[in-house]
Amino acid sequence: MKKVKKIMALGLAATLTFASMTGCSSKSDTNSGSNSDSGTASGTSDETFVIGGIGPLTGDAASYGISVKQGAEIAVKEINEAGGVKVGDKTMQLELKFEDDQATADKAVTAYNTLMDGGMNVLLGCVTTGSCLAVVDLAKEDNILMLTPSGSAAEITKNDNVFRLCFTDPLQGETMAEHMITDLHYKNIAVIYKNSDEYSTGVYEAFAAKVAELGGTITTAEAFADGEDFNTQLTSIKGTDAEAIFAPIYYNDAAHVVTQAADLSITLPFFGSDGWDGILDTVTDKATVEGATFLSPFFSGEETAADFVANYEKAYNTTPDQFAADGYDGVYVFKSALEQAKTTESADLISAMTQIKVDGLTGTGISFSATGEPQKAAKFIKIENGEYAAAK
Amino acid sequence: MGILQNILEQVINGLRSGSIYALIALGYTMVYGIAKMINFAHGDIIMVGAYALYVGLAIFHLPAVGAVLLSIAICTILGVGIERIAYKPLRSAQPLAVLITAIGVSFLLQSLSLLIFGATPIPQASIVGFDGIKIGGISISGITIVTLIVTTICMASLTWFINKTKLGSAMRAVSEDKGAAELMGIDVNKTISLTFAIGSALAAIAGILYVCQYQSLKPTLGAMPGIKAFVAAVLGGIGSVPGAMLGGIILGLIESLSKAYISTELSDAIVFGILVLVLLIKPSGLLGKIRKEKV
Repeated sequence: MKKVKKIMALGLAATLTFASMTGCSSKSDTNSGSNSDSGTASGTSDETFVIGGIGPLTGDAASYGISVKQGAEIAVKEINEAGGVKVGDKTMQLELKFEDDQATADKAVTAYNTLMDGGMNVLLGCVTTGSCLAVVDLAKEDNILMLTPSGSAAEITKNDNVFRLCFTDPLQGETMAEHMITDLHYKNIAVIYKNSDEYSTGVYEAFAAKVAELGGTITTAEAFADGEDFNTQLTSIKGTDAEAIFAPIYYNDAAHVVTQAADLSITLPFFGSDGWDGILDTVTDKATVEGATFLSPFFSGEETAADFVANYEKAYNTTPDQFAADGYDGVYVFKSALEQAKTTESADLISAMTQIKVDGLTGTGISFSATGEPQKAAKFIKIENGEYAAAK
Repeated sequence: MGILQNILEQVINGLRSGSIYALIALGYTMVYGIAKMINFAHGDIIMVGAYALYVGLAIFHLPAVGAVLLSIAICTILGVGIERIAYKPLRSAQPLAVLITAIGVSFLLQSLSLLIFGATPIPQASIVGFDGIKIGGISISGITIVTLIVTTICMASLTWFINKTKLGSAMRAVSEDKGAAELMGIDVNKTISLTFAIGSALAAIAGILYVCQYQSLKPTLGAMPGIKAFVAAVLGGIGSVPGAMLGGIILGLIESLSKAYISTELSDAIVFGILVLVLLIKPSGLLGKIRKEKV
């Protein structure tokens, strides 16, 4: 028992040290990042436009916030090195100030106030839904342009100064329904979804409504709450005349579903939502997901993303994910709005948002409706020969 | 596809998960019969068995048979060790103290595996190499066939062991009357250790079948099958070996059929509802009265 205690103590000590070290490094990172940005700013141009960012840089959801921040940093660097943004008759440099909210509502409010004190012109945030909801009304009071890269809940964009870059959950369902029925001519589709999860249920409901509208049939909608056994649901699907299976679930569940489907010798093609991203590292036999198609805002293997992926890998030693692409595109949306508005006044920037069209990593010709939702074409990723590939 | 084929396939699904529940339920029921305690750490032995298989295959690169033997050996030693360290000193204590110790052991095992392997699920390919077969439009997967064969062999040999061997008689004697068995010259400590060893070896086999079926490992993987198997043991009559087998298979069938034809959300409620019903009508469980078969 003594030994066990010792091992546990050592483990605990190691964890604490690690936690404090990562804490330090990310902090110094933020500082050095903004310092160097302001350095170039004062050197080459007359004025600086401050983009505030809020997202989790520490804690459970840290990878999302770090990705958005790093993606945005790449965009800011690119734009500044190319001479900055032309706003009316001035040329401005961009500066990114990013604050950590640990994906909590109260820290997001603190972060927002810190950024406002620091002269924030527009807000790129928040990364997570809960934090977004905590600051939307503050942003309305200050009437500042707010663009969330990844908050998917519908209520976030209720105020007219707030826009969203990512797909909402219902939009994913509708897009996939159109793809499967209009493009691929499926008529009978089976669904397996997680009814204890808002994301999965939200995508499924919109999908079902759109399928009905387009004249397709949902042969069966099999639900699950938890666990890893999907044999019953899959056997039921097998008993219907479905031609394809739509599974709006996260990649861990999806891996179980495709493995068990293969065991039951189900050969129907699978379709998934953006939660499928990462499935190739989770399945034990890549043949089980061969031919599956899922929706994603961003695909790192795409030709148009090659420069971004190379720069990102060089700077951060890791392959960018969809959050990094969202952060990157967010900065370019602001650039476009500034060029359109020809001023840095918040009210003008907000009205410019509905007039712009941006070619980004997460879509070409992205535009925004007055309700704050993005209009962009979805990307379909198909698994071919055990690799992600862009679906035609 | 015909509705009949679909029903048959769902029955096969139920038999497969039911036979795994039965295998685990045997561990609960044997330990209860002999030590009069519910070993709540039993579910986590399954988890250890699954991880041991992974370590054998992925880290030591053993052949499949070697990894299976390693997994069974580790679980057997662990089961006996837990009994020696955690339960034996409490043999004359209140039942509640033993129960809480068992829950403590369960958390200890889960936390240790969390510490060593982390919380991210680890993918592990199945060791069952052959594809399923198709009989008259009904396809049965390779893992289903293996599961049904392995569990049948295990249950048959356990029944033979308990009824036909000297050690088996000793186990039945101890479960009947510990004091009298001791007076007859039976080594009670050894017999209890043997019971834990057999129960844990069966749990290891359940763990291996689990990995081959779901191909993914996480520290809490034993919790749900453990609870379901406990229910199966109570349903069949805790303390009764044939009861555990029957209870497991009934539970698997009810679960599969209610999920398929009534409602996924309600399937657990139906399973537990039937348990309540059985216990109301027959408090000792389905086969709980046959004292002769007690172990």
